[in-house]
Formats: sequence, C-alpha cells, structure tokens
Amino acid sequence: MASTDQDISLSASETLAHARRVDAQRKTRARWILLSPALILIGLFGLMPLSITLVYSFLKPGSFGGVEWVFSLDAYIQFIAQRDIFDDTLSVNWSYLSIFSRSIGLSLGATIGALILGFPTAYFIASKPADQRNFWLFLITLPFWTNLLIRTYAMLLIIRDQGVINTGLMSLGITEAPIEILYTDTAVFIGLIYSYLPFMVLPLYASLEKLDLRLIEAAYDLYASRFRVLTNVILPLAKPGIVAGCILVFIPGLGAYITPELLGGGKKLMIGNLIAIQFGSSRNWPFGSAAALILMAVVMVALLLYVRHSAKEGHSHG
Amino acid sequence: MKHKLLGFSAACGVALCSSGAVAEGELHIYNWGNYTSPELIEKFEQEFDIAVTLDGYDSNETMLAKVQQGNTGYDIVVPGDYMIAIMIEQGLLEDIDANTMENFGNVDPKWVDVYWDPGREYSVPYQWGTTSFVVDSEVYSGDINTLGLIFDPPAELQGRINMLNDMNDVINAGLRYLGYPRCNSNEDELRELTALLLEAKTHWRTMDYSTIEKLTSGDVDLSQNWNGASMRARAQRPTLVYAYPKEGFTGWMDNVAVLKDAPNLENAKLFVNYIMDPENAALISNFARYANGIMGSEPFMDPEMTEAPEIVMPADAPAPDFVPPCDQSVVDFYNVIWTRLKQ
Repeated sequence: MASTDQDISLSASETLAHARRVDAQRKTRARWILLSPALILIGLFGLMPLSITLVYSFLKPGSFGGVEWVFSLDAYIQFIAQRDIFDDTLSVNWSYLSIFSRSIGLSLGATIGALILGFPTAYFIASKPADQRNFWLFLITLPFWTNLLIRTYAMLLIIRDQGVINTGLMSLGITEAPIEILYTDTAVFIGLIYSYLPFMVLPLYASLEKLDLRLIEAAYDLYASRFRVLTNVILPLAKPGIVAGCILVFIPGLGAYITPELLGGGKKLMIGNLIAIQFGSSRNWPFGSAAALILMAVVMVALLLYVRHSAKEGHSHG
Repeated sequence: MKHKLLGFSAACGVALCSSGAVAEGELHIYNWGNYTSPELIEKFEQEFDIAVTLDGYDSNETMLAKVQQGNTGYDIVVPGDYMIAIMIEQGLLEDIDANTMENFGNVDPKWVDVYWDPGREYSVPYQWGTTSFVVDSEVYSGDINTLGLIFDPPAELQGRINMLNDMNDVINAGLRYLGYPRCNSNEDELRELTALLLEAKTHWRTMDYSTIEKLTSGDVDLSQNWNGASMRARAQRPTLVYAYPKEGFTGWMDNVAVLKDAPNLENAKLFVNYIMDPENAALISNFARYANGIMGSEPFMDPEMTEAPEIVMPADAPAPDFVPPCDQSVVDFYNVIWTRLKQ
C-alpha cells in the first residue's frame, strides 16, 4: 500500500516537473520567436556592416578605391605613426591625433554648453503643473520636425556676415563691421549645441520630473542655502538624467558631419569628415574603416568606464 | 552571390520605376546630379519610344564605387576624363567603337585624341569646362590673371577667399603657382608646396564646393570655381570676373560611356550617337551651362552662352591643363599634405 502511494506521488511529481519543463521550453521558444525580428535586424544591419568595416580595416587599399585582399596593419599604424614621406623616418603623426582631439574638445564643449542651457530648461518644465508639461515638451521636440540639414542651413543664414544677427547689431550701431562667427570653431560649437540640445533636455526632464520636492523642503528646513540645495540635493538626484543627457549629446557630436562641414567652412576636419574623405578622394577605405573603429572604441571605452564607475558607486551607496 | 542578389534587387527597383510607361525599350542613365537636360531625355524618349530612367551621383568616386560592385542595372555613365581612363583600365566600360558612329564626324577633332580615350573607342564628349577662379572686380581692381591672388593675396582679398574642398584642385593650383609638374612626387617640391599651402590657408576663409552660394551671399570675394558655376554666379553678382591665370588652370571633360554589363546595350549606343547631334548637344549645354565639344551646336545654343567670357576663352589664355590620374604613391603624398593642411 505504502509503496503504491509513493509511486503515485512520485509519478505525480514527475508529471508536474515534466509539465513545468515543457512550459519553460515553450516560454523560451516564444521569447526567442518574439525577439527574433529585433535580433535579425541587429544582426543584419548592425553586426554585418560592422564586421565588413572590421575586415576592411585590416586590408590594403585598392588602387582606385576599394580594397586589396592582403592582410595589413597599415591603417592602424598610419593613425598613430607615419613613415614620414618626406624624410622616411617613423614619427608620431599629429594630424589625425589633432583632428581627434579637436573633435573631442568641440563635442565636450557642446555637451557642457547643452547641460548649462538644458538643465534650467528641464527644471522649468518639470516644475510646471502636470497638465502643462506636455505642451512644453512638445515645444522641445518641435525642431525635430525639420531636417537637421535645413536647420543647420538656417543657422548659417542667421550668423553669417549679412545675417540677421550681424545686420541687427550694425543697424543698432553696436558694432561697425560684422562679427565673424560663421566658418569658425565657434560656429561649429553653437551649431552642435543647437542640434543636440533636445537630447539633453529630455533625459534631464525625465529625472527631474521624479524629483521629490519634499526633499528640497527638508533641505531648506535644515538651513541649506539655495546653492547647497542645488549641489547636495537636486544634482545628485538628477545625476542619471545628467549622465544620460551628456552621453546622448557627446557621442553624436563626436561623429557630427553636416555641422562642421556647413558651419565650419570645411577648412578643418572633424572625425566624421576625415572618415568620409577616405572613401572619396583619398581612396583609402581601410584607413576610413580603421578610423571609424577607433572612434567607436574611444566611445565604448568611455561608456564602459562610466558603467563600471556607476556600478561601483551604486554598490557603495546601496 | 551577395553582390548578384543586390544587383538583381536594384535592377528590379529600376524596372519598377519605369514600368509606368509602355515603351519599346529601356535605358538607364547614371549621370551627375542635376546635369541631364530633361528636354533632351523627353525628345529621345519620344523619338525612339524608349523609357529612360535617371539616377544621380555627386562624385566620380561615388559612381566608380557603385559600378565596381557590378550589376547596377545602369547602361550609361558620364565619368570625368581621368575616371574614363581608370574605368577603361579596370575593364568596366564596353568598347562601343564610338568613332565609327554616324554622328561622330560632329565631334571637334581636338576632343578625339585625348589621353583618357585615345581615338575615342569607348566614350564621346558630354560637356567640358575649366576650373580656375572668379573674383569680384569691384573689390580687387588689379590684374586678376594670376594665381598670386590665391597664394599671396593682396590685403583686400585676405580672409575673403573660398577654395574648392578638393584635394586635386587645390594641390594642382599650388603646383602651377610654383611652376612644378602635376602628379608630382618630388619630395623637395612637395615640401615647398606644403609650406605654400599652409601659409596661404591663413588667408582663406572657407574650403567648400558650394561656390555660387558663397559668392552671391557675399561671404567671399574670390572663389576657386568652375567656369559654368562662375557664369551662374555672375548672373546674381555682375561684378564677378572669371580669371585665366597665366600659370595655368585645370581643364576637364565629362564623357558619355556605356557600362560593360549594360542590359540595354543597343539603346545605349543609340543614345551615345544621339547626343553627338549638334542640336541635341546644344540642349545639354543650355541646361548644364558648359561647352559640349560638338561642332555646329552654337546656332542652337542660348546666345548668352556663346558670348559668355567664362565659356569663350580669350585668345591669349594658356591652354587648359588636363590632369591624368596620379599613381597611388603620388596620391599617398597628396593625402598627407591634404590632411596636414586641414588638421
């Protein structure tokens, strides 16, 4: 008797386990099926071009564009050092490094500028009554209804010598000659801030919106000055938004192509333009691929450092 | 395999576009953007009952890269002189015996034995022009026919100069100013060139292809420029004068050629012959604003074009300099100079 009971309960638990297993399998399958469109898309249009870029960067340039299927590290060596064509010595190649550092500097500057402009804006929106916020957010997203190229062109018309700003200043008698803004690094800087400001405001707003106002009240009750409330309460709480915003502005700014081309006057290269000409008149696809990958690596390292840093910090706080 | 698939789908796309018109045949033209006279295409379509589709590119290199992939579905391309030479060498063009075609007799003899297609087996002239510079005669009133205005500019032009954002155009102009040969790999001469360019660049305001806009907006008073674009800019800023510098200037020609894997070879040949007709060549010139190299087309051209100082060269101007493609070793030199110039 006892043994049969055991058998039954055993087989019941077996059936249950089996059912669970089948269920789990079905769920896994469903998950993969649901995921597959995204995975295929990423694989086909994300990883495949990336792999082609990676492979090309290790080849020799073909004589009239394209590549020759010969393994070579030249593209990467060329980036840092150059066998000087003039005296045949190996020396540090400052050209590309200076192009990279200019891009990083301009992009960093634009990020800080966007943060300074974007933070009060986001705070302003977040402090509005809930039913009005959507209207203000709508205004922030409005520029996206127009193509970036056209917005940049409009910028060009505004800041050029005969543009609205200069003619205005001159007719008011504030300046005698037009201030040269267009075709300078300043113009690129202004253009980058303008283009990417919404990417800063939106994540900042998302953080600030969740801000518990009672914490600010508490800080004031504890005799915090307004400055200390900002630095010790609001900024730490808004940090995820600040970081997300900075990443969203810095990375596209680094690869910007149209803005430096149109507003910078084409006299100096940024990374995006450097990469572009490798596939055109410079006829050096491997170097273009290598430069693109190096740019990506720089961005990835920066992101990884941030993730590790924030994970550690989150740990110590928790 | 992948390339074949891509080519197939591209061809399908092109075929779909043209399926609207029920015509005897098809012809797919791949030309520079905004460079094909719509009037000419319409006339050709009606005369031969052939449906034409047009696609555009913005540089010889873009076109080459696409054609190299193969199976583009295009029949006709319009490469620049040096690019014809490259494409013939790479076996990308069909030998159409252009010089035996019915209308070939109309081609100006000086465009027959050209370095990029000696004797004209593969290609026929489409449009030709010069690349020099244009300057506002009101801003600078001295002698304009010297490259000194670009490389050692007088005070009134300093900071008011636009150069083409083109490695070859800028470097070739510099080499001419110094009196050195093109496609140069002499290290001493190139070092001197680099110094010259770096010094001159401090007086340049921009390096940009959009020359007409830069000139008409008043951003610059001198711009390296193509002759046709200079003519268009003069229409809006009448004081602009096109220079024929004594040190020399670039000449170029775009040529109609047929691709090796052209799906509509016979129609393509019809078209090549068609544009050598003076009346049709004039249609192209009236649209694109450059000279065409076909004799007898002047009577059909807009009068303003046959008189324009940008198109009609003065008798004492040096002959335009057609620069062949340089060796990769030279291009490598140029790349280093160009990157140093723009770092």
